[in-house]
Amino acid sequence: MAGELPFEKPLVELQDKIKELRRFTEEKGIDFSDEVQRLEQKAKDLAQQIYGNLTPWQRVQLARHPERPTTLDYIQLLFTDFIEVHGDRLFGDDHSIVGGIAKFDGHPVTVVGHQTGKDTKDNIKRNFGMAHPEGYRKALRIMQQADKFGRPIICFINTKGAYPGKSAEERGQSEAIARNLREMATFRVPIICIVIGEGGSGGALAISVGNRILMLENSWYSVIAPESAAAILWRDASLGMRAAESMKITAPDLFELGVIDGVIPEPFGGAHRDLIAQASAVKTVIAEQLEQLGHLTPDELIQDRYEKFKNIGKYATL
Amino acid sequence: MRKVGAPVLKDLFGKKRKFATVPSETLARVPASADMAKEAGTKEKEVPEGLMNKCPHCGTIHYSKDLEKNLRVCKGCQYHYAMSAPERLQSLLDEGVLTEEFDTNLITANPLDFPGYLEKIEQDKANTDLNEAVITGEGILGGNRIVIGVMDSRFRMASMGSVVGEKITRAIEQAIDRRLPFILFSASGGARMQEGILSLMQMAKTSAALSRLDRERLLFISVMTNPTYGGVSASFSSLGDYNIAEPGAMIGFAGRRVIEQTIRQELPKDFQTAEFLLKNGQLDMVVHRKDMRTTLSKLVEMHTSREGVEAWQESSPLKSH
Ligand SMILES: [Zn+2]
Repeated sequence: MAGELPFEKPLVELQDKIKELRRFTEEKGIDFSDEVQRLEQKAKDLAQQIYGNLTPWQRVQLARHPERPTTLDYIQLLFTDFIEVHGDRLFGDDHSIVGGIAKFDGHPVTVVGHQTGKDTKDNIKRNFGMAHPEGYRKALRIMQQADKFGRPIICFINTKGAYPGKSAEERGQSEAIARNLREMATFRVPIICIVIGEGGSGGALAISVGNRILMLENSWYSVIAPESAAAILWRDASLGMRAAESMKITAPDLFELGVIDGVIPEPFGGAHRDLIAQASAVKTVIAEQLEQLGHLTPDELIQDRYEKFKNIGKYATL
Repeated sequence: MRKVGAPVLKDLFGKKRKFATVPSETLARVPASADMAKEAGTKEKEVPEGLMNKCPHCGTIHYSKDLEKNLRVCKGCQYHYAMSAPERLQSLLDEGVLTEEFDTNLITANPLDFPGYLEKIEQDKANTDLNEAVITGEGILGGNRIVIGVMDSRFRMASMGSVVGEKITRAIEQAIDRRLPFILFSASGGARMQEGILSLMQMAKTSAALSRLDRERLLFISVMTNPTYGGVSASFSSLGDYNIAEPGAMIGFAGRRVIEQTIRQELPKDFQTAEFLLKNGQLDMVVHRKDMRTTLSKLVEMHTSREGVEAWQESSPLKSH
């Protein structure tokens, strides 16, 4: 099994042993079928035990899995006629954000998402999915066009965060994110946001002001990456696990906190185990949500989005 | 400039005054222990806490009263000390106070059950006499009614949690209902980590409220004071029709240390100062505290007089010809 995670090791070892026994049976003609059967049942139970009780930190690891499907994977599987567009018309073209127009069930939509790389070379081109201001401004330009032409917007969120760099600050990283938050609130079209992997802070939020926010089961979305939180709270970045456990960053946590509208289930062991099945689950959810939002007028869509965010937060009154 | 010499200190020490070793701004709240007090009597640079204050930038020693009279600006180097929210309102508004304060009944909850969070809130409440890190309300500035919000960095570094986000959002909604300009003084370390994702979402909430203010064609002036970072910088504070900052204020999305660790190169000395932002096109102006009241009054006045082409035509000097 490629790209196994530390917590999957006992399962992988067991599966290796089963393979070995099968090979023995074939090569040496000794019958291990009873033992194989027993171990297979054991492996099934173990898988259930591991994947059925994933801890927040294990989910974080799955969300970061090198083979986890990216925005472009989903675009390819969920839409037809995708035409990618480029550039913010102000400075450049940021490859850590992709977007364009496509058809969903035969209807034109606008698609925007963070894009991480599939290998080192691609990751350098994509800046590991961490956008500069020009990335957010490209996203805004594409979404404003969707608003102009009345196309629903579908956003895929997958970023460790906005890029913390000198050039990003010089070009107004704060302003780029802030402007997106304000402008997304004004669009007269349905906006559906899906966190597919990592939802790192303001960099994730910058394309997440939607009427509906959904998260894949093993994705995370947080005010700060767990390691960074640990570095600040306990001055020790290696305590990322502890931060992940205490900061309520998983999809079920966010659903309970009233931040997201639903959790999209993942195949056993994570989205990368069965991309086709995962894409199909995402497609069903988008179709459902588009159908629901289709009943709202442009003004109602704006109001719906406003109320959604207005209601997020917990405070007490004297 | 008044110079404070060792003899004065010794006299004060003799009277068992409270001392702190380095009563610069950052350490002002460190309790003066008996040992520190002993030490204070022996070193010339030390000044009595409360009565005097040493500028963290240039070392000039001020009588606290003089510093207050000077709007908490160092006479030596023009360093702008942090102002509390009540001090800020006092320095700006015609009456020195709000005519109406909003939402004083909103108080902090502990949505993530974060250990020790509410205890820290209680401490800051006791130290500041505030309920949370922002005061909002209506006031009069230069004869014009405004809605104003002022963040107070003494309270949890004025980080934005649910209460801060909600109070700012409601203040913006009040500005819309009353058709008044909105001014917000930000100072913030960023997100309130103990409120996790709910803190992040306040960025979207406040910005969405500003989109309504924008649509209603009402004025929003954002004044950034030291420091304005993270989630506050990346939401309402960058969205002013006019973005103003105080001299030397540190403003940015990511902190300097994080950036240095990421890019592994040295950053310019003035990186993320108000002046750096002005140079990079991120601000309209850097305004000295002594000029803040006048500048804001003028801006408000220019947006409060009758708007539009019609008003211009009516009052145009060309009309009489
Ligand atoms: Zn000074």
